[in-house]
Amino acid sequence: MIPLGHYLIVSAVLFAIGTTGVFLRRNLITILLSIEIMLNAVNLSFVAFGRAAGDMDGQIITFFVMTVAAAEAAVGLALIIALFRHRESLNPDAFTSLKW
Amino acid sequence: MPEALVFYAFAALAIGASLLVIGQRNPMYSVLLLIASFGALSGLYIQLDAPFVAVAQIIIYAGAIMVLFLFVVMLLNASREDGATWDRSHPIPSTRLGKVGALLAALLVVQLGWALSQLGGRSVPVGSRVDGERLGSVLELGRVLFTRHTFAFEATSILILVAMVGAVVLARREGEA
Repeated sequence: MIPLGHYLIVSAVLFAIGTTGVFLRRNLITILLSIEIMLNAVNLSFVAFGRAAGDMDGQIITFFVMTVAAAEAAVGLALIIALFRHRESLNPDAFTSLKW
Repeated sequence: MPEALVFYAFAALAIGASLLVIGQRNPMYSVLLLIASFGALSGLYIQLDAPFVAVAQIIIYAGAIMVLFLFVVMLLNASREDGATWDRSHPIPSTRLGKVGALLAALLVVQLGWALSQLGGRSVPVGSRVDGERLGSVLELGRVLFTRHTFAFEATSILILVAMVGAVVLARREGEA
């Protein structure tokens, strides 16, 4: 049997990778993908905790997180399409006209 | 111990593929690698006695959401990354801001490691206290979802509706009715 801590370590590493991607990458699509990585890292720890506690709620909340991820992807990609139509670029540095 | 071996193989695949996702210049490869990472995660879910979550992970994430991403990458013809000049040589920038970002991410790793080290019972095998038979049953899952979590479930449908309307409004061309 795998200890609970190992799942949590995998989850923490995945979350950190996602954060690194959001911080370091300058491509809107890759930033959205990094957010998906972070959501999945959280899902993994939810399921692992639920399994350890013998509770169904860990799996249930994973479905809700998946739904939120789907909604986020739909709206985020629509935003990306609208921005790309505006500037012909996927670099977030191209969309700084609101910066003072 | 085949079980531990499978766990480490899936965990290494998930982490390695995720690392490559943020290290890729081509968003197309990033999306495909993320699908591999999600497949490995669903293997971990099966080990955690959550077969339905594993299947939903494959169908919803790897199937629906990632195809949506792939569709947008192809639609925008964004296979090459158009960045600033410093961005052309390597996908991970080495500017001052990039260093701050890397520092913040490293800080997050330290914090998460500290939080994990404070957590009690982390060396307890994950399936030792309860039987996985009940947790893996789809019947039980559906019962809990539609009784105790009915409100959240219904709220989710509103969320999907809002996302749908939002996507249509945002992606519409300006000036059209």
